[in-house]
Amino acid sequence: MTRLPVLKTYKLYIGGKFPRSESGRSYPVSSPSGVVNAAQGSRKDVRDAVVAARAAFGGWSRATAYNRGQVLYRVAELLEGRRAEFGRLAPDVDEAIDRWVWYAGWTDKIAQVAGNANPVAGPYFNLSVPEPTGVVGILAPQSSPLLGLVSVLAPAILTGNTAVVIASESSPLAAVALAEVLATSDVPGGVVNIVTGRTAELAPPLAGHLDVNALDLAGAPVDLAASLEGLAAENLKRVVRRADPEPDWTAEPALDRVLAFTETKTVWHPIGV
Amino acid sequence: MTATAPPPYSDVTRSEASLRRFLHGLPGVDQVGAEARAAMLGTRSIKTTAKAWALDLAIRMIDLTTLEGADTPGKVRALCAKGRHPGPGSPPVAAICVYGDMVPTAVDALRGSGVHVAAVATAFPSGRAALDVKLADTRHAVADGADEIDMVIDRGAFLSGRHQQVYDEIVAVKDACGGAHLKVILETGELSTYDNVRRASWLAMLAGADFIKTSTGKVSPAATLPVTLVMLEAVRDFRDATGRQVGMKPAGGIRTAKDAIKYLVLVNETTGEDWLSPDWFRFGASSLLNDLLMQRDKLATGHYSGPDYVTLD
Amino acid sequence: MGMSGFEYAPAPESRAVVDLDPSYGLFIGGEFTDGTGSAFKSISPATEEVLAEVHEASAADVDRAVAAARHAYERVWRDMPGRDRGKYLFRIARLIQERSRELAVLESLDNGKPIREARDVDLPLVAAHFFYYAGWADKLAYAGHGTQPLGVAGQIIPWNFPLLMLAWKIAPALACGNTVVLKPAETTPLTALLFAQICQQAELPPGVVNIVTGAGATGRALVEHPGVDKIAFTGSTEVGRSIARAVAGTPKRVTLELGGKAANIVFDDAPIDQAVEGVVNGIFFNQGHVCCAGSRLLVQEPVYDEVLASLKRRLATLRVGDPLDKNTDIGAINSAEQLARIRELSDIGEAEGAERWSPPCELPDRGFWFPPTLFTGVSQSHRIAREEIFGPVLSILTFRTPAEAVEKANNTPYGLSAGVWTEKGSRMLWMADRLRAGVVWANTFNRFDPTSPFGGYKESGYGREGGRHGLGAYLR
Repeated sequence: MTRLPVLKTYKLYIGGKFPRSESGRSYPVSSPSGVVNAAQGSRKDVRDAVVAARAAFGGWSRATAYNRGQVLYRVAELLEGRRAEFGRLAPDVDEAIDRWVWYAGWTDKIAQVAGNANPVAGPYFNLSVPEPTGVVGILAPQSSPLLGLVSVLAPAILTGNTAVVIASESSPLAAVALAEVLATSDVPGGVVNIVTGRTAELAPPLAGHLDVNALDLAGAPVDLAASLEGLAAENLKRVVRRADPEPDWTAEPALDRVLAFTETKTVWHPIGV
Repeated sequence: MTATAPPPYSDVTRSEASLRRFLHGLPGVDQVGAEARAAMLGTRSIKTTAKAWALDLAIRMIDLTTLEGADTPGKVRALCAKGRHPGPGSPPVAAICVYGDMVPTAVDALRGSGVHVAAVATAFPSGRAALDVKLADTRHAVADGADEIDMVIDRGAFLSGRHQQVYDEIVAVKDACGGAHLKVILETGELSTYDNVRRASWLAMLAGADFIKTSTGKVSPAATLPVTLVMLEAVRDFRDATGRQVGMKPAGGIRTAKDAIKYLVLVNETTGEDWLSPDWFRFGASSLLNDLLMQRDKLATGHYSGPDYVTLD
Repeated sequence: MGMSGFEYAPAPESRAVVDLDPSYGLFIGGEFTDGTGSAFKSISPATEEVLAEVHEASAADVDRAVAAARHAYERVWRDMPGRDRGKYLFRIARLIQERSRELAVLESLDNGKPIREARDVDLPLVAAHFFYYAGWADKLAYAGHGTQPLGVAGQIIPWNFPLLMLAWKIAPALACGNTVVLKPAETTPLTALLFAQICQQAELPPGVVNIVTGAGATGRALVEHPGVDKIAFTGSTEVGRSIARAVAGTPKRVTLELGGKAANIVFDDAPIDQAVEGVVNGIFFNQGHVCCAGSRLLVQEPVYDEVLASLKRRLATLRVGDPLDKNTDIGAINSAEQLARIRELSDIGEAEGAERWSPPCELPDRGFWFPPTLFTGVSQSHRIAREEIFGPVLSILTFRTPAEAVEKANNTPYGLSAGVWTEKGSRMLWMADRLRAGVVWANTFNRFDPTSPFGGYKESGYGREGGRHGLGAYLR
């Protein structure tokens, strides 16, 4: 006699919790075990996610770089433990885990690479350091649901930003699984918020939200990218444009996305007795 | 000593601890900011009528000084003659400043001129002598007719935190001065920081100084624009707090008319015109006078003057 | 002159050093050429006299300028060895030093800023900026921003520091191998045109630098031109927003340096005299026409009375008047339009209940003038505490704790600069860490240096100018 399996409900991940969409909607997506229902997030879910991300920003951005590095490395450990599950959802789980480890190691190095002392012509101590931009809205890549997602999420949060991610519309389950890993990791609730649903519905309120500081258009639909960038101009969001064609996410990573979501702060102080 | 500081600071000088708390509670001085402000004021361009007015005022503010081991009555008499009549049309200087043993000579040479006699005292310039010697030095100069005494503070005591000792000594010297005006030399070149300059300024004013003065002229650096700025801020704030006005005297290193005018600008824009008078601002200088006279000639005649046209005394 | 006061006699800088033509064309392809747009006049804001006539570049003129820049980029500049590009920039730096008095006088005339500031701040920084980036031209591989130029840069600069903003734009662009089309502000085009002559004197290859004069329409034509690879803009947040919209969906790279409403925070343990100087310099430098101006003073309550009294005393010594007088501290407001804006917001400040104070000061009859002004009793909700006035107007607020100071300082859509005054080192660093601003001046304010990156958080724009970071705006 075969055992009747327990089916899973795929929910949103906001502020460290797993709510259903406030709209009560879901939409069918394919999974290894057939078609399942994913939560179809709404504008209000996006709004709630931004509030959660803002609330988490203070604590996460002020954690020590060493601490953030440990917390993020722990995520890689947990992913490794659930390799089999992720392997069913995405073909490139090993690369995704290694990518996460690569970024985790940057937390306490980025200031040394992107910051420097400035030899001003006067009796002043002058130092430039990178700081997190704030809340980053991320449209996750549509066709690389795990490696692509890690390749846009990890660089945003490692410096202390918090993120609101719109998952791949057609393949959101890896993102939901990642949320479950994050929820059991040491990453504070609200640092990463994941909304599943229709990108065309969710992206405009995210792009136009005045309490979002930056926007990664990696997974923006080609016909929406320009209007989303236009919406982002409302509060001068830092925007990483959609690449065309979509990048090869398996290629060696670089610092571009880390630096795109940092601000250089320069501090002056007189030198005297 | 029984003397107390003026209200509202009467309690401040009750003990070493309270004095220290007060002095260290004064706002700090940021070196870079203070120097930048002084440098900016140094760029003021003083021309034509303003320059003529400033040159004459500067002459009237000079404590014409000779403080050499080689000083003789003849040298002092010559200096006094120059101080009374620096040049054609020039006003006299404010005072002649000499060592104590030269006071009778100066008093004699300046009688009836209105030019004051200032004597350095208290084991000038180091201040390293017993208190009773310093007081005797002071009383002797006053008895001989000096109407202004330029004392030095005990920098050693100040730098080792014995503020009460410095205070008591100034109070004692002030007492020994009787009616003579007391200028208190901080020797800012040895105090090393503007914070110390500000604290020493307040300490001297609390103890009854009539003037605070930068330097003996024997230590480098002597007067500078920023150190004078910090001391002017102190006399300004002291008057605001107590109602008592204290004078200011930069001394040493001021050699040109251009320099002197920078100091007057500093006074004008820091304390305002209440200090723009020989009663409240002096220059401790010697060679400055000739440059002021040459600049004065230049304004009057249109020609640049030369050292052969002013007297070398 | 009485014996009771030290009245400084007039000390005017001579205008003879500046030799202006009655009319200027556009600088395109190394030559001054006639524009097809209409002529307009550049006036002295201090006297309203006409200084020269310049020409508004039409869309066709902009097109010609972009073509000239493209040609120079592809044929000469992109592939020129970095050391040679650097040598041209060194030449320009030296020529600026040699002609600095002429440039300073012209800047003061056209902008209204005091000659003392043009001479002692603007011009030394302009020369230093070219000198700094000249040295980078053959060292780009060490900067960490890539080594490839972007192409043709369209650059639009404001009227507050005409030549300095030109230097901030042109020096790094050229060092990295880009060519430029620069539009100076319509009220201050003259030093840019003199700079064009310096490019000729330096024998800079034609088309590497092109200067198109004009107003908003010329700027829009430049922003929207498909041949432009990069837009660099300094100016208002409103215009910056429209530029960000205009380039959406294009491959154009953008850097924006926009408005600010900086807090200058004075703690009760501050070096008060220097803090007061810093506050004065923070808001009255350049008539307050400074995007990073410390326009909101936050004073800790225990020293409020003392700081306010010191500020008022200090303001009474500010010398307002003829910009060419070497003793002037505050010159003319740059334009009638800007003056109207300052007046409007100041009137709103009063209407909303803040108390207005200015020292007694006589203002000239002709020209555009506004006295140094303080507002007390200001709260965060007042418009004068939220909107950029861009004039000599300081809004004063109070706070009780460091946390409150940070909260108030950051409570703005802007994030360009901030000032902190405290003698306690650990508190200074705590504040610097929490202030969301691109430049934090601690125990100083309004210091600039070519090696030091400048630029904002949030709606103050993005990208950095100056320093190694500034190269990132012009490389890939």
